Amino acid sequence: MAKAEQNPSEEQKVMKGTSAVARGVMAANPDVVSAYPITPQTGVVEKLSDLVADGELDSEFIKVDSEFNAASTCIGASAAGARAFSATSSQGLKLMSEPLFTAAGMRLPIVMAVANRSLSAPLSIWADHTDAFAERDGGMMQFHAEDVQEAIDHVLMGFRVAEQVNLPVLSNFDGFILTHVQEPADIPTEEEVSEFLPPRDPEYTLDPSDPKTMGAFARPEHWTEARYEIQRAMEESKDVWAKTVEEFKEIFGRDYTEYNGMLDTYHGDADYRLVALGSMCGTIRKVIDEYRAEGVDVGLIRPRVHRPFPTEELREALGDAEAVGVLTKEMSPGYESALAGEIKGTLYHAENQPPIKSFVVGMAGRDITASDIGAMIEETMEASAPMAFDEQESWPQLREELLADGGD
Amino acid sequence: MDEIRIHGRGGQGSVTLAQLLAQAAHEEGTWAQAFPAFGVERRGAPVEAFARFDDEKITDRSQVDEPDYVIVQDTSLLEYVDVTEGLSEDGLVLVNTGADPEELDLETDAEVVTVDATDIALEHLGRPIMNTALLGAFAGATGLLGQDSMEAVITRKFSGEIGEQNVAATNDAYTEVSA
Repeated sequence: MAKAEQNPSEEQKVMKGTSAVARGVMAANPDVVSAYPITPQTGVVEKLSDLVADGELDSEFIKVDSEFNAASTCIGASAAGARAFSATSSQGLKLMSEPLFTAAGMRLPIVMAVANRSLSAPLSIWADHTDAFAERDGGMMQFHAEDVQEAIDHVLMGFRVAEQVNLPVLSNFDGFILTHVQEPADIPTEEEVSEFLPPRDPEYTLDPSDPKTMGAFARPEHWTEARYEIQRAMEESKDVWAKTVEEFKEIFGRDYTEYNGMLDTYHGDADYRLVALGSMCGTIRKVIDEYRAEGVDVGLIRPRVHRPFPTEELREALGDAEAVGVLTKEMSPGYESALAGEIKGTLYHAENQPPIKSFVVGMAGRDITASDIGAMIEETMEASAPMAFDEQESWPQLREELLADGGD
Repeated sequence: MDEIRIHGRGGQGSVTLAQLLAQAAHEEGTWAQAFPAFGVERRGAPVEAFARFDDEKITDRSQVDEPDYVIVQDTSLLEYVDVTEGLSEDGLVLVNTGADPEELDLETDAEVVTVDATDIALEHLGRPIMNTALLGAFAGATGLLGQDSMEAVITRKFSGEIGEQNVAATNDAYTEVSA
């Protein structure tokens, strides 16, 4: 997609990322917002609490005693038929992990904004994707926003998809980098959103006049089918998402339809293709411009959706590349970065297998500079298969002098 | 693209200044971005904030290492922080001080502009909150922002009398530096 596809407009507001997301949530008119503070998410629920107190948002705003209860409150509300929202980060998401897996199993369309942040220890408040990837296998859909506008829009589209396929959503946006930036964004109005997102109409709800059990005990002869249904709903969600991005474009004019809404590309047919999630893609675009001006054919493939995984789309987008460089803010100790492993798995049964280098960068908020990205482009250009395991992935920002052995 | 780096101390309003700069630039019809150097904010500790203006949508999310403009809220920082590091030779550094530029002895080929923003703030607000005066001085020194745009964003942020006082501080600093 073109880098400057839109002009700044008077309708856009320059406001902090967390406030902008809260305004987007307000337009979705949630019945219940549960809240427990954690940096760097806090601004989202703080703003929602203001909006409720000022009478702008008619929601039950429920302050709870932990993230465990923030997620559990959403489960109860959603099971009763409500549109439920909460937001969290890092350790908070870990504490929500147990109820979130339950929410997926109970097939509840809760939407959560996750302001991504590293996990302790060492304790850090800054952004990476360790928290999101730790929840990868729960059955929650996961989106990654590149800018504030997408952070708003993914929440709205998240509700639309979630309520059709009955799965929860984690809508990721990078802590501080997107939560604490001020940049122009269109704040959707409730009128626009009501056209896009009709009131929730659940097939089953907890209702004392029509008693039923949700999230019940399942014996071995039933559990497998419940899990298989989550997998089937994830597959179905790809078609629903493809339709949702089309509907979104019709109403709001913002175009997320590339590759069925699963991927966003920038010079996506280039010889050398970088893959990355979230806000670092913005800086990558700038560096791609600089390298292309020097005659280097490099582009970007950005998964907007991480769960369901865009398998077919990535095969099409990466298959004919000379080489692929995966830049990622997470890794799975004992193996390699999860994203790199997933992309390799995706391409294994594809027609072509380009060499893939992966780079662990931007951990716990380490700034990713243009020169960092340039060096990774150059390393990707030299990649060739086969590769020894220890050549597949590197940590280009590593400060070797801080290692226990001083880097020896 | 115009890139701005602000040096201040926690509590002096550097982040607010970056936000006012971006909002005023957006008011002028350009793309804009503002963000703090992400830290654990501590009152009195050295802090940085950044702003970018451009005719195109801004996608760069890295911190501003090679600014075109530097704003310094507090000269006590000069002893500890290399405020002109990476500053473009064609750029400009605006320092809040009653001293003349040559007295500061900054190591830079960039233009040095000084304004006593603390004095202006005390006069109009009765408190040493310098960010709106520095906003005006920046606009006066660079010509990047108009007075109408600044007034619009200040009155949106601060209502009533406080808004008017801040607009007056902005305009005073603007006039002083432009003159």
